[in-house]
Amino acid sequence: MSTELTGAEITVRCLQEEGVDHIFGYPGGAVLFIYDELFKQDKVKHVLVRHEQAAVHAADGYARSSNKTGVALVTSGPGVTNAVTGIATAYMDSIPLVIISGQVPTHAIGLDAFQEVDTVGITRPCVKHNFLVKDIAELASTIKKAFYIASTGRPGPVLVDIPKDVSQQKTAFAYPENVSMRSYNPVIRGHAGQIKKAVQLILEAKRPMIYTGGGVILSDASPQLTELVRVLGFPCTNTLMGLGGYPATDNQFVGMLGMHGTYEANMAMQHCDVLVAVGARFDDRVIGNPKHFFNEDRKIIHIDIDPSSISKRVKVDVPIVGSVSGVLDELIKLLKARKEKPDQTALDAWWTQINLWRARDCLKYDRASSIIKPQMVVEKLYEVTGGNAFVTSDVGQHQMWAAQFYKFDLPRRWINSGGLGTMGFGLPAAMGVQFANPSGAVACVTGEASIQMCIQELSTCKQYSLPLKIINLNNRYMGMVRQWQQFFHGNRYAESYMDALPNFVKLAESYGHVGMKIEQPGDIQNALEEAFKLKDRLVFMDFITDQTENVFPMVPGGKGLSEMILV
Amino acid sequence: MRHIISLLMENEAGALSRVAGLFSSRGYNIESLTVAATEDPTLSRMTLVTAGSDDVIEQITKQLNKLIEVVKVVDLSDGDHIERELMLMKVRAVGKDREEIKRMADIFRGRIIDVTDKSYTIELTGTGSKLDAFLEGMERGAILETVRTGASGIGRGERILKV
Repeated sequence: MSTELTGAEITVRCLQEEGVDHIFGYPGGAVLFIYDELFKQDKVKHVLVRHEQAAVHAADGYARSSNKTGVALVTSGPGVTNAVTGIATAYMDSIPLVIISGQVPTHAIGLDAFQEVDTVGITRPCVKHNFLVKDIAELASTIKKAFYIASTGRPGPVLVDIPKDVSQQKTAFAYPENVSMRSYNPVIRGHAGQIKKAVQLILEAKRPMIYTGGGVILSDASPQLTELVRVLGFPCTNTLMGLGGYPATDNQFVGMLGMHGTYEANMAMQHCDVLVAVGARFDDRVIGNPKHFFNEDRKIIHIDIDPSSISKRVKVDVPIVGSVSGVLDELIKLLKARKEKPDQTALDAWWTQINLWRARDCLKYDRASSIIKPQMVVEKLYEVTGGNAFVTSDVGQHQMWAAQFYKFDLPRRWINSGGLGTMGFGLPAAMGVQFANPSGAVACVTGEASIQMCIQELSTCKQYSLPLKIINLNNRYMGMVRQWQQFFHGNRYAESYMDALPNFVKLAESYGHVGMKIEQPGDIQNALEEAFKLKDRLVFMDFITDQTENVFPMVPGGKGLSEMILV
Repeated sequence: MRHIISLLMENEAGALSRVAGLFSSRGYNIESLTVAATEDPTLSRMTLVTAGSDDVIEQITKQLNKLIEVVKVVDLSDGDHIERELMLMKVRAVGKDREEIKRMADIFRGRIIDVTDKSYTIELTGTGSKLDAFLEGMERGAILETVRTGASGIGRGERILKV
């Protein structure tokens, strides 16, 4: 029986078979056998975080910035509950993750054992799927299924809960080559008839608009999208999750749309006659109130791999279920085969209109200010990094400024929590990004409120010598909360002031990093240049910014896209 | 509008809670839900009665299909179908009421399946509205206990839900 392996060995072997090079985790009682097996090998490198939330965010950042499935390993009970925020974050943004959690031994389940929690129950609403492995005979096939489900169709996190006794028992190991599930067969190829209809609509468009989201990034469909937009000469906008799907420096890019989208993007969305939605889901932060968004003259083509995303908030005319990259390939092929071209005269008139909107210069801010404007920091960051950095962010004003002012020309460079809006995401996600892209420049744009939600990870960064550049836009307020309070709550800044802040420079130094405090607009560029020259050090840059700066444009909640508050 | 939805899913622990959880987390209405294994023990069949606008029902069927363990979903209300529900009712039956209750049960084609000197237990099958009518017809004070299974449904004729 010498060929039999323990459940823990099987778990690690499965990870090796899946080609996993890094996993992010935190040990504990229920996963000790698995950690013991990790210790005995060196193919799968374990990254020790300081809190399980960070383990999942790091795996998430790893996945978003590569195109691989991220893996996290946590123990039972509090290990899992700490991980839940990370799992929900990945779920909302459809990020492929496999989370392995320890569980109390099978005989103790349901007896309120030490560090027991109903992991499958707690995580059920925020995973694509989850498993409790009660029988070691099913362990290998379950892990195989987990990777398959996580990375196919509309991706998402999958959790595998492994009781401690299952990790200790033995059985023969064979990793299945394939998975076949009668209940799970995502549609990949778009319906040919529907694609034909879409082509016809596109060719008849007078005021077309191409609106794309995270699905383009997840499907690695940027080349196809870029080709389509250029072939057609149409305007293109990206959602917050879709930035980098189309090159932001290209003239056909009209900026991000949505609550803090550009005037031109939102106006074009509202007034177009044919809208091509690609891997995007018309969510509330993107189109605002669907009743206001509704426009009788507008026909909508919607490409998405998830049927339930289609006609959820907005009724569409031509739904196409399938993988974005495949459908775009087909669409381009059909378009090229047709002799007709879009109506160039109408298109020229449409561009004239769009350029008028563009001339409104909706992102302008006071460049001569004697106090540091946060927008300027992001602009300088873009210049200093040549637009080539991976940029993660936390959640709030700084996130919107990063999205508006860092021009992403490539996909998988902009890493943020768009759906769940998780403060504390930026730093651990940046760690994952750096592991996936060891030679890449990685910046974390954050604020003094968000950064403190996972600041303990500075310790992880020290342990693994991660040379992240943390851009802390410090305005001593939870800026976005303050902005809403200013606009909608009569300037009553209830609990949005960040009192008793640490000295971030000393804090960074105490973790063994470099700290900088920047207080003058004139110092921004030099400081950034100096920081990025320190290629092997983490630099925490504390920018003291204007306390009262707001993010514009803004579509207030419940309003329509053309009802923006402008600067 | 009321819809009756049938689905086949893997007969695995936790599958039911995924369906129930979907309805509560997305705020869908659920009138009744019945589930049991089919002739193929690896599959369970569930009948769900729900109500909602066409848009909501479309989302419900899409979201059900999205659950990894769900194999097939069909909205029986889209075509001809039969639905049946079982009710067991215990009633106080003494004196001259005994004859009257027996007659009531006969009219509704119910069967008395347990008898004591003070009570009858009646078994009744039919559509939900037939069971409602029977409930209405019984004197409230006589009803000691009722239990209903919720509707089970099947398509008429050649409409078959199978893997």
